[in-house]
Amino acid sequence: MPARERKLLQGNQACVHGAIYAGMRFFAGYPITPSTEVAEMSARLLPRIGGRFIQMEDEIGSIAAVVGASISGLKSMTATSGPGYSLMLENIGYAYMTETPCVIVNVQRGGPSTGLPTKVSQSDTMQARYGPHGDYCAIAVAPSTVADTVTETIRAFNLAERFRTPVTVLLDEVIAHSRELIYLPEEGELEIYNRVKPTASPEEFEAFALTPNGVSPMPSYGEGYRYNVTGLTHDTHGFTTNRVDEIPVKLEKLRHKIADYTDEIEKIRVEHMDDAEVAIIAYGSAARAALQATDIARKVGAKVGAVQLYSIWPFPDAKLKELCGRCKKVIVAELNMGQLITEIERIMPDKQITTLQRYDGEILTPLQVVKKIEEVL
Amino acid sequence: MATAEKAKQKSDVTLHYLRPGKKFPSVWCPGCGNGVVMGSLIRAIDNLGLSKDEVVLVSGIGCSSRLPVYLDFNSLHTTHGRALPFATGAKFAQPHMKVIVITGDGDALAIGGNHFIHACRRNIDITAILINNHIYGMTGGQGSPTTPGGTFSTTTPYGNVEKHFDPCSLAAAAGATFVARSTVYHEPQLQKLIGQAISHRGFSLVEAISNCHTYFGRLNRKGDAVAMFDAFKERAVPVGKASKMTEEELEDKIVTGVIHNVEKTEFCDEYQKVVDAHMGEK
Amino acid sequence: MTDADTTGKPGPQSKYDYSKGPAPLEINMTWCKACNICIALCPKQVLEPDRNGKPVQARPENCTQCTLCWIHCPDFAITSNYK
Repeated sequence: MPARERKLLQGNQACVHGAIYAGMRFFAGYPITPSTEVAEMSARLLPRIGGRFIQMEDEIGSIAAVVGASISGLKSMTATSGPGYSLMLENIGYAYMTETPCVIVNVQRGGPSTGLPTKVSQSDTMQARYGPHGDYCAIAVAPSTVADTVTETIRAFNLAERFRTPVTVLLDEVIAHSRELIYLPEEGELEIYNRVKPTASPEEFEAFALTPNGVSPMPSYGEGYRYNVTGLTHDTHGFTTNRVDEIPVKLEKLRHKIADYTDEIEKIRVEHMDDAEVAIIAYGSAARAALQATDIARKVGAKVGAVQLYSIWPFPDAKLKELCGRCKKVIVAELNMGQLITEIERIMPDKQITTLQRYDGEILTPLQVVKKIEEVL
Repeated sequence: MATAEKAKQKSDVTLHYLRPGKKFPSVWCPGCGNGVVMGSLIRAIDNLGLSKDEVVLVSGIGCSSRLPVYLDFNSLHTTHGRALPFATGAKFAQPHMKVIVITGDGDALAIGGNHFIHACRRNIDITAILINNHIYGMTGGQGSPTTPGGTFSTTTPYGNVEKHFDPCSLAAAAGATFVARSTVYHEPQLQKLIGQAISHRGFSLVEAISNCHTYFGRLNRKGDAVAMFDAFKERAVPVGKASKMTEEELEDKIVTGVIHNVEKTEFCDEYQKVVDAHMGEK
Repeated sequence: MTDADTTGKPGPQSKYDYSKGPAPLEINMTWCKACNICIALCPKQVLEPDRNGKPVQARPENCTQCTLCWIHCPDFAITSNYK
């Protein structure tokens, strides 16, 4: 096996390598701390592989260009942070309604508003789920290391192409700016998913046809399939509809094509949970502290386990309930004033759930988690 | 071909470009200029001999933005004010496509103003057809950036206290390399200018002055569609003649024709040179 | 206002000589929205509004195929028939 390429990279750079590996050939973005390096690395690498980079006039233009490029045929990505993600919400909703695959990286920073541009936070967790208006179903994935950032960005593209929908990568300032020694996957080593192409003739082609798994084949521009795309609620031909019998068909298609296949989306890391009485649930950089604290606790014989969510949305209700079935107590560690915890409380009303929050701009430390474990035990 | 024969062939050429399966007539009010612009666009594309597959019509939100769905091209009906960045993505990703944006005065100049000036500055090979009816029609007659001072709309019930700007001079100042204006009355000229704009390599703007008799006309006593067409005929001044007229003389006049036309390097071409120079580097 | 039927065909009283061929224009009465633009713009008064305000070729013999009507029709409801 040829040696994998060894690189010392920060998270933001690793994200671009992952995206390119997944087939990303179009990036449109706008500078915003702490995500700007994603744009800078894209600007440098994309021309070398015949890809295209453009810095747009704002974040709204960036996501618009990404969706336009994806509809025309290229795998596309943008990267931003909280304030930019807020500006992108309408067009993320447009990508959802028009079933356009694309990846939006949100390198989370302190909020709200301008907040703490150079400081870490996970306070956009719920925005990734409920940001766009309307009945929107989100897919959001979250790495916790630089190496993870490569594989999670690849997974984000695969999910976007598989489900024909926008996928958010929830990074944060710590992972984005930490440098770690990683090995890039070899060509062909990881599975890359591409959108399904139509087999019907252009005459019979129905742009948003109902299919067994709810995902319609998607041609690129210039392949003889001329069809209409609109953000207005539309029928299976892509024509605007106001009919009471057609509107639910579209909305249910958008929801069920994701909700009925969550097993292809869910990804959870489980440590020491077999006999755990206390479970710590976390994602992203908070999960790093949780995992280390669990090791420390185990060394002194405490029956503690850790659950790291790689897929935040859709929330893995059933899996988590099953995993934490035996635990009496659950700690939810997050870098915000309590967001993930509302989901845990919703699915485990019977458990004693304790929140471990940090929202002063610094990363949760293993020591803090260990102290919380002692409190709870 | 005898002109009559050509006349016959041209009169139903529009019918060959209508989108199969789409219900006609259009959603627009009887006599709305949008339909005239749609006819001009079709005939311009037909004259240029473009294939249906290579044309991408991108629009935002508003009456004029309902145009693309009616035509048998790749059509992209996006969000309000964002047709140009969506079009930028589509064009930049597939530079061989002919990307044409259909937008209105509100869509392009109010919410879309920031994207408008940057698309011009970038000089990306996109043709923007800005159908200017001086009002927000879709939402029922509110004032727009081109609603003239003193005129009435549902949000300027005491007369518009604001000034309007001229999209053509704005586009030229921002870097567009082809800028032209006509009206829905001067359909032959409009059709010719649209054809020139599409053939021009770089950002092209064609402003099509159009009638909204349902709102702007009614609220300002400009009469019905026919009356507004007549007014366009009376108010039009060719760009050559206008250059010899004073500002007062040009008050309330519509200067028609090619207003700005220069050759500059085009965005996708320049980026391709970067790709060619750095392709394969490690 | 002529009482011609609402099919856009020339009215019975027109002096059009059908031996020369069909009427100069064809009007799609379902697409026409009676906006009156074609009637107003026709330099030879070929067209007149029927009782629904839609154009009827009242004086088809005057038609010179100048194209002004169908290039200005917002709904493509007029096509020229000239051979």
